This record gives sequence, C-alpha cells and structure tokens, in this order.
Amino acid sequence: MTLAEVWFVLILFMLTAYVVLDGFDLGAGILHLFVARNNAEREMVLRTVGPVWDGNEVWLIAAGGTLMMAFPTLIATSFSGFYLPLMIILWLLVFRALGIELRHHVEHPLWRQFWDVAFALSSLLLTVFFGAALGNVVRGVAFDGEGRFFAPLWTNFKIDPEPGILDWYTVCVSLMAVAAITLHGALWLVWRTGGEVQRRSRCCVKYGWFATLALTAIVTAATAIAQPQMVNNLRAHLAWWFGPALAVAGLFGAFHSARHERWPRAFIASSAFLAGMLMSAAAAVHPFVLPSRGAADGLTLAAAATEPYALRVALYWWIPGILLTLGYFVVNYRSLSK
Amino acid sequence: MLVLPPLGQAAVEALFVHRLQFAFTITYHYLFPQLTMGLALLIVVFKTMGLRGDEVANEAARFWAKLFGLSFMMGVVTGIPLEFQFGTNWSRFSEAAGGVIGQTLAMEGVFAFFLESSFLYLLLFREKQLGPRLHWLSAFLVFVGTWLSGWFIVSTNAFMQHPVGYAVREDGTIVLRSLWEFLTNPWSFAQYAHTMIGSVVTASFVVAGVGAFYLLSDRHLVHAKRFLQVAVVAGATASLLLAFPTGDIQAKLVAEHQPVTFAAMEGHFQTEEGAGLVMLGQPNMETLTLDNPLVMPNMLSMLTHRRWHSKIVGLEEFDRDLWPDNVPLVYYAYHIMVGLGTIFIAVMGLALLLLIRGKLFGLRTWLWILMLAIPLPFVANTAGWLTAELGRQPWLIHGLMRTADGYSTNVSSGNVWFTLLGFMGLYALLSMLFFFVATRIIGRGPGPTHEVA
Repeated sequence: MTLAEVWFVLILFMLTAYVVLDGFDLGAGILHLFVARNNAEREMVLRTVGPVWDGNEVWLIAAGGTLMMAFPTLIATSFSGFYLPLMIILWLLVFRALGIELRHHVEHPLWRQFWDVAFALSSLLLTVFFGAALGNVVRGVAFDGEGRFFAPLWTNFKIDPEPGILDWYTVCVSLMAVAAITLHGALWLVWRTGGEVQRRSRCCVKYGWFATLALTAIVTAATAIAQPQMVNNLRAHLAWWFGPALAVAGLFGAFHSARHERWPRAFIASSAFLAGMLMSAAAAVHPFVLPSRGAADGLTLAAAATEPYALRVALYWWIPGILLTLGYFVVNYRSLSK
Repeated sequence: MLVLPPLGQAAVEALFVHRLQFAFTITYHYLFPQLTMGLALLIVVFKTMGLRGDEVANEAARFWAKLFGLSFMMGVVTGIPLEFQFGTNWSRFSEAAGGVIGQTLAMEGVFAFFLESSFLYLLLFREKQLGPRLHWLSAFLVFVGTWLSGWFIVSTNAFMQHPVGYAVREDGTIVLRSLWEFLTNPWSFAQYAHTMIGSVVTASFVVAGVGAFYLLSDRHLVHAKRFLQVAVVAGATASLLLAFPTGDIQAKLVAEHQPVTFAAMEGHFQTEEGAGLVMLGQPNMETLTLDNPLVMPNMLSMLTHRRWHSKIVGLEEFDRDLWPDNVPLVYYAYHIMVGLGTIFIAVMGLALLLLIRGKLFGLRTWLWILMLAIPLPFVANTAGWLTAELGRQPWLIHGLMRTADGYSTNVSSGNVWFTLLGFMGLYALLSMLFFFVATRIIGRGPGPTHEVA
C-alpha cells in the first residue's frame, strides 16, 4: 500500500464518519416537521442533535483540511470546478446552523416556526447537493487539457461529454441520498425519542427503507451506464466487492433489526450501509479520484498526492489527534444519554 | 489600481473580484473570532474566581458564555467558507502550496475544532451535571481549542508572509521539506502573540463596555463591577503588551524581511538617514510625497534600529511592481491600528488607575468612554490584518508566488460576483440576527432573572 493509498483510506474514514454522524442530524432535520408537531416534540428532536451536530459537522471540515494536506491537486481541481454547488452548500450550512442554534433564544411562535422550516429545508437541500456531489465524482467531469474543469449547475440533464452538476444520473444519486439519510435519521429518532415522535418516526423507517432499497437498485444499474469503470473494477478484483457487500448487509441488517425493534442495532446497520455505499463509490472510480468524461485524462490518486515526506510526517500527528477526537466523542455522546 | 501588464482585462477583473470576495468574507469572519478567543480567556478567569467561591464571578462566566456561544456560532458559519475558498477561488495557490499549508489547516480541524465543538456544549448547558471542577475544565478546554485554532491559522498566514521549511519542485509546486521548521517559523510566534493579545483587547473592551453600560443605567451593579474589575486589568495589561513587545517585534520583522511593505506602512517614500516617524499625512501617489505631514524627527530610525541616524530604505529604492498595489490603504490601515492602539493604552491605563484608587465606578465620564469604545478594537484588529494582507501584496506567498498567479482561472468573474453578492446578502442577515439576539442577551443581563430591572 502506498502512502497515498493510506491517506485515501484515512480520508474515506473521515468522510464516512461525517456521513454517518451528520447524516442523522440531516435526517432528523428533514423529518422533524412531520414527526414533531408541537413545540415540546420539536424540542425533543432538537435535544437529540443539539449537543452533537457541531462536532459532527467538524468531520467535514477536518476531512477537507486533510484532503488539502494530502491531495492538494484534488482540492484545487474539484473545489474550483464544483464552484457553484459548493457555495450553495456553504450557504445551506449557515442556515442549518442558525436553524438549530437561534431557535431557543426567543420564545415567540413565529421565530420558532421560521427556524424550524429553515432547519428542515436546509437539511433537505444539503442532502440533495451532497448526493449530487457524490454522483458527479462517480460519473466524472469534463477536464480540459490543463487538468481543470468548471461544471455548470445544469445543462440538458443528459450525461454529455460536458455534463452539468445536475443530470439524470446525479439527480438519481441525490434522491437515493435523501432516502438513505431520511431512513438514517428516522432510525436515530426512533432510538433516541419516545411517545408520538417515536411512533411517527417508526412509520418513516418503513417507507424510508423501501425507498432506499428501490433507489439503491436504480442507482447501481445507472452507475454501470454512467461509469463503466465500476464493472471493470468489480470484475478485476474480489476486494472491490467489500463495499457493495457491506452496503447490502447493512441495508438488510437494518430491516431485520428494525423488525425486531432493536433500534440501536438498526441504526448501526444503517451506518454500515452508508459506509458501504461510500466505499462502493470509491471502488467504482479507482484508480481515479476524479474521473474524466472527455478525451483528457482524469485525476488519479497518485497524481493528486503531495510528497511522501509530508504524507509520512502527517501520520505522526494525525493518528494521536484522531484518537483524542474519538475520546471527546465518547464523552460527548455519554453526556447526551443523561 | 492593479498594474500588472501581462494580465489581460478579463484576468484583471477576475483577480480583483476573487480578492474582493476573500477580503470581504475574511474581514467579516474575523469580527467574531477576535471576540471569542479573548472572551474564552476571560471566561476561564471568571470561572477560576468562581471556583474559589466568588458566586458573582460564576454568574458573570455564565452570562459571557451565552454571548460566547452566539459569537462562536457566527465564527463557525463564516469560517467554513474561508477554508472552502482556498480550493474554490484560489485553486492555483492550493495546488502549488496545499502540501505545505494543508498541514496546519488539517491540524486545525483535528486538534482545535473537535475540541471546541465537543466542550462548548458542556460549557453552555451541562453546568449542573458536571459540577464546578469539570465545568471549569470544559471552559478551559474551549479556551485551549480557540487558542489552538488561532495558532494554526496564524502559522498558515506566517508561511505566506515568511515562507520556511519548504522546497520548490521542478514543476513549481511548493512542497514541505521540514514540518518542524514550518511549525517553528519565527514569524508565527511574533504574529501569534500580537494577534492573540489583540483578541484579548477586543474581549476586554466588550466586557468593560457592557459593565459600564450596566453601571450607567443602574442595573446589575454587582456584576457590572466584577466585569470592570476583570476587564480593566486584562485590558490595560493587554493594551500595553500589544504595543510592546509584540507590536515592536512584529514591526522589526516586517522592516527586516519585507522592507517594501515597511516603507509603505510608514508612508516612507525616500531613503533617509535619521528618518522621521509619520504621525499624520496623506500619501500622494502622483508626487510620491506626503501631503500635510506631521512627523516626529528621527523617531522611525530610533524605533526600528535603536539608533537616531540609522538608514531607513524608502519605497523609491524598489521596482514599482514590487510595491503593494494599494500603498495608501496599507499606510492608513497601519496608522489607524497604531493610533487606536495608543488610545487603548490611554483609556485602559487611566481606567486601571481609577479602579485601583476606587473611583472608576463613580466616574460617569470614564464609564461613558469605556462604553463608547466597544467598536474601536474591532476596527484596530481589522486594520492590523489589512496591513498584513495588503502589505504582503503583490505576493500571495512572499517572494514565491504572486497573488495574480494564485486565483482560479476556471472560475469566471461573473460567477464570483454572483457568490460575492450572495455572501453580502447573507452576512447582512447574519449581522441583523447577531445584533438582535446579542441585544436581548445583554438586555436580560447576568445573574438570577428576577434581578432584571
């Protein structure tokens, strides 16, 4: 395993932590208008995410910084090429934070309603754009001769040599992300709440699960069309089946555990599904980290990485740093259960 | 404004708006961290007094933690766009130097942000469950997190001001050669000390100003006095340290390593032996002289080299394309910072004397001055950063990479105008929300709610 591959795995771990942890915040945000109907119920939902959402979001920021350290070319190319959707994600992150944090400052029903809707809408749109971002990375982008690109928000919704951020494929991935994250959030809420909120969330688990299953099947088939590399990789090495196998096991494990009302286990199974899907995405585009759709070459893992010295020396602080972080998360999630 | 001949009109426009967006978003962002970093320290001071049985100080800590939480959230949501913009708007810079500055940016996430976000909630909402000692520890860890965050960002900037520990590959990529050298950049120690003390000054003026407001309006008198006692001592100490030694060391570093910048800051066009210190005057870029100058003779030579007749190199010695592209703005930013810094020493110094002699709480004039001074350190800190960033121009990494070579050529100016306007609208909304909520918190005041007048 090269140093670049080690860092790719570590960053994939950070991104998985982000999707699993902030995933339930986003899912709770998407659902809370439906499963929590009055102020007491809304506060019950917010109590399950309030203490932890900020720390969960830090996984995204820390993963971004680590990507910059290990794969500066990837950050430079993809962030500038995906300029518009990233800026929209930034604005949505602002509204999501305000929605959670400002609500309790003023005891006025209109103030609360406004922030409740802001929390819900920003959570939904964030999930849509994160899904589209993943779809874009898998599908590939239109590199020019100098290794750069700039993706418009949409063109004709077809997978052209120069596709937009939103085409039929990435919209499918977005819908799948919304279904999977909603399911994840619903499982979290069934586990962490009680009463009517829990009862309504339980209904969402059922619909969410079938929607996730159907959309996962559609996206898998669509990926074979949008990114032929996936099929090649799966044929070439048995190891590439790990991600898809984990995803399938997670999805059916969630179903099984939910039917037996083992909610913590169902939530963990759903986390495994999300992790498996991210690994599958990485496996589908290997050896690229950002594949190309046109004649120009895509960006490979090896080409995106910085010097071996920097990659090696960073391991000395990254590993203790992440161990410390895991310690903080244990402290914080323990305080949540009180 | 930009005189870089090889660039076409479209490139000049794109460079301008990329710079404007970063300048706008980072200037706005830094209004919040400069308050939270200093406030985190003062909250630890209040909590420590509380641990020793001072219940008023404990209530003060609780009150300031609420404002800290609000400002912290504002800092978070306006800070994330900055980290993103390295990649989105400055992709050629990120591609060339990300392997170096990515180290500190990643460390900030791993060591500072996780720490802050994990313990802030405990500080704000878990005082009863934790008990006094663990609650003090939460406050302390939040303080450590915010100050670590400051360290990593200042180190990143220090590399751009004075690059060390790197090597340049054949393709022009700047790579890390020694992490140790990079992290122990002498520039970052000086800049960090100056920046963090500036943040303590901001927090001290805010705490003292709110205390003065309560005293003047005859409310929360017990708490207001505790605010003033802590903030005036901290503010006077920090104001002094801001000028000497930290400001002094920083100025000497600039004089030594960035002589062009130094000349622009001081408004010093001609090389002189025994150069005077410019107090007032407007740089005239046509005649390359100062209009309406008010100068202390030989003082600049004395301050810089500790000799009355030492030589100070003027701007005219350097090629014009090495000058900062906006000399007057660098000059004004620097003079505003230094002028305000001098005022801070006077205001806080006299307040400290009055406090020691037991007269501060009754002297309404000085309480008025303290209350009205709240915005000034925000202006001074902003002016200081403008000096550093505009003074570094035309370089993005001093001596290594020009700003004109750093922006994303694949992102057109029209797209950046779109997002810049978006940020302006969003931040206008954020300002209104911040003032609305902060005013409510201050209006309710510290201590048991029934005490509210």
